[in-house]
Amino acid sequence: MFVIKYRKIFFIFTGVIVASAIFSIIFFGLNFGIDFTGGAIAEISYKTADFEKEKIPSKEELEGQLRNLPIGGFSIRPTEDDSFILRTRNLTEDERMSVIKALSFNGEKDVIQKRFNSIGPVIGSELRNKALVAIGIVIIAIILFIAFVFRKVSEQISSWKYGIVAILALIHDILVPVGIFAFLGYTTAVEIDILFVMALLAILGYSINDTIVVFDRVRENLRFNNENRSKEEFDITVGKSLNQTYMRSINTSLTTLFVLLALFFVGSEATQNFALVLAIGIIAGTYSSIFFATPLLVTVERLSNKNK
Amino acid sequence: MWKIRIIALVILIITVGIGYFNYSSEINPDSRFPFKLGLDLAGGAHLIYKADISELLPEDVDVSMDALRDVIERRTNLFGVSEPLVQIEKSSVFAGGERENRLIVELPGIIDITEAVKVIGETPLLEFKLVNEDAKPLEDGEKFTQEKFNEMFITTGLTGRFLKRAQLEFGAGGASNYLQNEPIVRLDFTKEGGDLFADITKKNVGRTLAIFLDGDLKSAPVINEEITDGSAIVSGGFAPQEARALVRNLNLGALPVPIELVSTQTIGASLGKDALDKGLRAVAAGLIVIAFFLLFWYRLPGFVAVASLAVYIIIMLALFKLIPITLTAAGLAGFLLSIGMAVDANILIFERMKEELRGSFASDIDGTQTYADTNTAIKKGFARAWFSIRDGNISSIITAIILFWVGTSLVKGFALTFGIGIIVSMLTAITISRIFLYAFGKYENKGIIKFLFNSGIK
Repeated sequence: MFVIKYRKIFFIFTGVIVASAIFSIIFFGLNFGIDFTGGAIAEISYKTADFEKEKIPSKEELEGQLRNLPIGGFSIRPTEDDSFILRTRNLTEDERMSVIKALSFNGEKDVIQKRFNSIGPVIGSELRNKALVAIGIVIIAIILFIAFVFRKVSEQISSWKYGIVAILALIHDILVPVGIFAFLGYTTAVEIDILFVMALLAILGYSINDTIVVFDRVRENLRFNNENRSKEEFDITVGKSLNQTYMRSINTSLTTLFVLLALFFVGSEATQNFALVLAIGIIAGTYSSIFFATPLLVTVERLSNKNK
Repeated sequence: MWKIRIIALVILIITVGIGYFNYSSEINPDSRFPFKLGLDLAGGAHLIYKADISELLPEDVDVSMDALRDVIERRTNLFGVSEPLVQIEKSSVFAGGERENRLIVELPGIIDITEAVKVIGETPLLEFKLVNEDAKPLEDGEKFTQEKFNEMFITTGLTGRFLKRAQLEFGAGGASNYLQNEPIVRLDFTKEGGDLFADITKKNVGRTLAIFLDGDLKSAPVINEEITDGSAIVSGGFAPQEARALVRNLNLGALPVPIELVSTQTIGASLGKDALDKGLRAVAAGLIVIAFFLLFWYRLPGFVAVASLAVYIIIMLALFKLIPITLTAAGLAGFLLSIGMAVDANILIFERMKEELRGSFASDIDGTQTYADTNTAIKKGFARAWFSIRDGNISSIITAIILFWVGTSLVKGFALTFGIGIIVSMLTAITISRIFLYAFGKYENKGIIKFLFNSGIK
């Protein structure tokens, strides 16, 4: 299998990807939404007949209305369907009512409040901690699980190393979408919200599955060799296993990508970013299980047997 | 052979039955099993209140929070919304700092939270406090602070939590004509509250008991004797209207602890419906593409995979109705991902079957290349794919359990549908696909059969 043979090239390639993802995260930073930082977001529109579109106030007019309210800094962004999205710090109920009153030009215009979210900073930071803890526990649990499942094939390399390799691949799979979103957050103001974190969690589950399938095949071939007393180099076995499973990896990713693409193009705006993160993560996951995790097994085996 | 075909037929009939249940319970508005849509899809308000428990003894916190929930629940019923949800939540242990006690209120269909917040916030906070006679009176120029307040009034533990009911009465006057025809509010305590009141009055004869409503001093009668009948009277110079509103509010429940609104989220019904419609359309479009892909790439087994996927979706929809699971955008995402996993199990199996048909494993026993017939290939394909499916799915289930355990309500919704989806998909993608495949019968791997069981573009 050429992937095993030229694994160093793929390691370098993977390294470049991971390095640029980390660079992107450090350089651009993560643009956390109000889910995590606390704050308020409101989407409003004006009730007008189609022929009266010019009666919808402009962004500047609305800014003028809000400027004198004691709500601190704010931003207004018009959307495609003649709505406005207003962001402020988190508002109390009285403040919210004063904002709506100002936006209605003291009752002159009919404001429709499509959604309003105000999240206190404590809730926001708690959410962030919870998400991090969840990711941490998932990672530990999966290392333990893989070490357990692979305990019977630890002749070439010990079983917990399969777990570590799988987790390294997982870290790659998480870093890539986060890096891309750091860049997107910088260029297009895409925010990291709770759905983004959920997409990351879903990638965790999905790409570990992907890696396990390849490793399982390695395990099966190792056991088969054992039973038939056939001597085979570890890298040959791994290459063969990869050969037998890459079709399945690609096909499975394709089917999931179909749904995600549908969600991205047909689905609601709310889940568009979610679908994008997941799609990036799944492509990264399929890539890493074939081109990174599996060749890495061979390298780990070389290293640990050299030390013996 | 016929036995397996009959089983396959029975599965199909049952599936059609479940499908009919899904359909009929959806078109019938009075059905006991509608889909439950979360706030983000149906529209509504989600409010988070923080409870101030600083004045409570630690052992009283849970009881008071339960009482708080009951009170708010009674109040939210005033809205007449179909299913208001009131929950207690403690802030996460992982958040650091002191654990906050919170109350989550969900009001489906309520968009204008002004009214909602008002009705919930109107719940009066009733407290009985003893006046501390040893406290120094305010000096000139000294500011009235919370500390000063706490020094002057001693918490008795008797609050609105112990109230059984309130009644409006008009003072009969008595000897001094003191309360003649003035509206007064009569409070009847619960058994527990009555005992507490008796205890307080017994121990503090001659002292002043201050009655606070929402932090305002309403009246401060002097305790003349022990009161054992479990009732008290508040007379604060009420206007009749005011007294009537107070009685109504007290009967709906006085808050046992003060609360503060820390987070609100509302989503308009049109926005929610839009999200739902588009989400469903996306899922349908995705499924159609998957079905074409499976048919094109895996041919006959692909057809079986599509059939078992249909069974899977019908079973999942029925479970959403029966359990019931509240569907949110996050929950739908979990469901979507579990569809991917269900298809994955079949793809794994079909790839292994193909290997068997090509004879890659059958040749090893005695060196001769024997090609498996379709039945043997199905049997071995399933057996060999099983370990991968098992390990992959267990790791996904572990992920789902951890997310459900640690996550917030949104993450929980995702984890729940994802987890249930994986478990059900193991049934449909493995057991049911196998029965369907066997039902086609046993054939040599050549000619049209070879084409049907092969895959890819070749």
